[in-house]
Amino acid sequence: MPFEYAPAPESRSVVDIASSYGLFINGDFVDASSGITFKTVNPATEEVLADISEAGAADVDRAVAAARAAYENVWGPMSGRDRAKYLFRIARLVQERSRELAVLETLDNGKPIRESRDVDLPLVAAHFFYHAGWADKLEHAGYGAHPRPIGVAAQVIPWNFPLLMLAWKIAPALACGNTVVLKPAETTPLTALAFADICRQADLPPGVVNIITGAGDTGRLLVEHPDVDKVAFTGSTHVGKAIQRALAGTDTRLSLELGGKAANVIFDDAPLDQAVEGVVNGIFFNQGHVCCAGSRLLLQESIAEEVVDSLKRRLGTLRLGDPLDKNTDIGAINSAGQLARIVDLVDSGDAEGADRWSAPCELPDRGYWFPPTIFTGVTQAHRIAREEIFGPVLSVLTFRTPDEAVEKANNTPYGLSAGIWTEKGSRILWMAERLRAGVVWANTFNRFDPASPFGGYKESGFGREGGIQGLGAYLSGEDH
Amino acid sequence: MSDETGAPAGAPTARVEVRKTYKLFIGGAFPRSESGRTYEVVAADGRFLANAAKGSRKDGRDAVLAARKAQPTWSAATAYNRGQVLYRVAEVMEGRREQFVADIVDAEGVSSSDAALQVDAAIDRWVWYAGWTDKIAQVLGSANPVAGPYFNFSLPEPSGVVAAVAPQESSLLGLVSVIAPIVASANTVVVIASSARPLPAITLTEVLGTSDVPGGTVNVLTGEAGEIMPWLASHADVNALDLTGINDSALAVSLERDAAGTVKRVRRPSPDADWFASPGLSRLRAFVETKTVWHPLGV
Repeated sequence: MPFEYAPAPESRSVVDIASSYGLFINGDFVDASSGITFKTVNPATEEVLADISEAGAADVDRAVAAARAAYENVWGPMSGRDRAKYLFRIARLVQERSRELAVLETLDNGKPIRESRDVDLPLVAAHFFYHAGWADKLEHAGYGAHPRPIGVAAQVIPWNFPLLMLAWKIAPALACGNTVVLKPAETTPLTALAFADICRQADLPPGVVNIITGAGDTGRLLVEHPDVDKVAFTGSTHVGKAIQRALAGTDTRLSLELGGKAANVIFDDAPLDQAVEGVVNGIFFNQGHVCCAGSRLLLQESIAEEVVDSLKRRLGTLRLGDPLDKNTDIGAINSAGQLARIVDLVDSGDAEGADRWSAPCELPDRGYWFPPTIFTGVTQAHRIAREEIFGPVLSVLTFRTPDEAVEKANNTPYGLSAGIWTEKGSRILWMAERLRAGVVWANTFNRFDPASPFGGYKESGFGREGGIQGLGAYLSGEDH
Repeated sequence: MSDETGAPAGAPTARVEVRKTYKLFIGGAFPRSESGRTYEVVAADGRFLANAAKGSRKDGRDAVLAARKAQPTWSAATAYNRGQVLYRVAEVMEGRREQFVADIVDAEGVSSSDAALQVDAAIDRWVWYAGWTDKIAQVLGSANPVAGPYFNFSLPEPSGVVAAVAPQESSLLGLVSVIAPIVASANTVVVIASSARPLPAITLTEVLGTSDVPGGTVNVLTGEAGEIMPWLASHADVNALDLTGINDSALAVSLERDAAGTVKRVRRPSPDADWFASPGLSRLRAFVETKTVWHPLGV
């Protein structure tokens, strides 16, 4: 007899969403000068959540000017000790309001509440806490005896981990003495706007953090603004390249965290049950909307069939549906546009001759959904093995020898992350040395921590976020 | 009266010197430019010095091929081994000190004592960077205290193949200051020597060719950076650009734009650098990637 789950929805009553939001500039919410707005929707229901202001050139100017003034008059001259205390305050406020922020994130993004509550929010608080401690110790971080901030940072973040990406950007920037203008993704602005309220509660001086909303045009205006000293971008490789091109010949410093097509490599001696759990977490975590997702599964030939069968069995138990339900494993795809892109790539997998299998689950009538899907019989030439899908779709390839595994794993222009599953320690280290990727998870996958630097090789970008290495992206000085 | 050579009295006694043909340095060999072209190199006082090879885009591609081929060997060598190889370069440079001094006097029009200071600084810089090879990982790497049952560490690794432009003014010290950190951090390099002052760089290739540096680790081209670099900036097998010696800002902008096509790491031009100043870590940091490895703890 199958077990039935009773609905266990998290209450929406902890959040208070305004019908419309302005731009957070110099400590106040102001209307966009153009008066243009757009809507942010709940991707699980297509319900409109709020009207959001679209920042234009004049608004970007205002926000950058506010950040500049705050940098020169307040935040730049402030002692590291005092900057630290503001960041500690923010960390605590995030912890205090984490239930509200988790629900808000799930409503706006579509990710399961279990993930926003247990992964995103704890990491957000941890990120501020970790970097708070750096603010008055930067002279010990290896960037010379007198490391200096860079100035005004323009930061553009994606929709997959809205508040976590904000924390990855804002915490190190502020700890190092920079001020910021941050633009969240147009489909997930709400937690960034809620963060503005946390800045207010922390009494953060006006202009130190400015949040402007809008789509690609707003982002372009921001990163190409002449009075910006530093640009940090997380998003697609395509846009990252355009930004790098646009900043050619300027003095603006740049760090990029772009796409990935990670290989998750399983050897025949791996603990297969753990490995299957790791593979599931690697690609189906956050609906596969993860730049470091393990989207290419490389199986040693002798165990390929067994692992695929086991994977299918496991995927059959995943629960897809209401993201606010605490039993939900797979939430909604973030937007209609992203769903269309996933469908297009999956269709190419069919057309190119790979074998598709999708978990037998019912998709809700409204909202944007895609079932967990596996392709077998995939070759390295298939689009689904080369292009980032950014959805719950896994491509399975096989290999015979460790050398072949390395060769196939590295056969991509990306180099963000990789996974290794084997019981043999020397093989883990041998593989880890050869994989051209910024993060290598061995016998685990998709782990994150503020003390652990994150970022890519090759076309997955440059610069690191987190750890002592991540501070370099926000400091200048003789040893930088 | 005549001496034992039979030369008539009053004839000049100076020996007619044997001059050298100056060539490129690719994959450990000394080829001419495949284009067959040369250009005239003159001393600071205008005197003819040599016809240097005028490297072409094909030479650039050949050099990238050599650098790519050398990359796995050079980066897989132990840090201790790389340190000894680079130290060996300094040893051999020391033996050629007089030749470097003469080259710099010719190229830059400075006094012998000024040139000697540059040569000394260049040799000392090799020694300094040679000592870094087995320290970079400890200084730039870390064990990371993550909040969970995991062992987590970060190590610097080379970006790969770097295409570099040596400074136009400082013909030896500037060149060494650019390439030594690139190879000390386990990258391989294709460097374009100072266009007007290439001869000290070519003398350096003779040092590199005879001091255990694996062929292809350092490749030196002479010619015009403006002609060769655009091909390297858009070359998908080049991981990074060091534009230190680019003085033409329009060229720098276009190279940086091309570099974005494959998200290359770019070190921007630094035309006014003081090459005698202590270099700091900045050039060692420029072309390394941080790799972070996680593994669970447990029994």
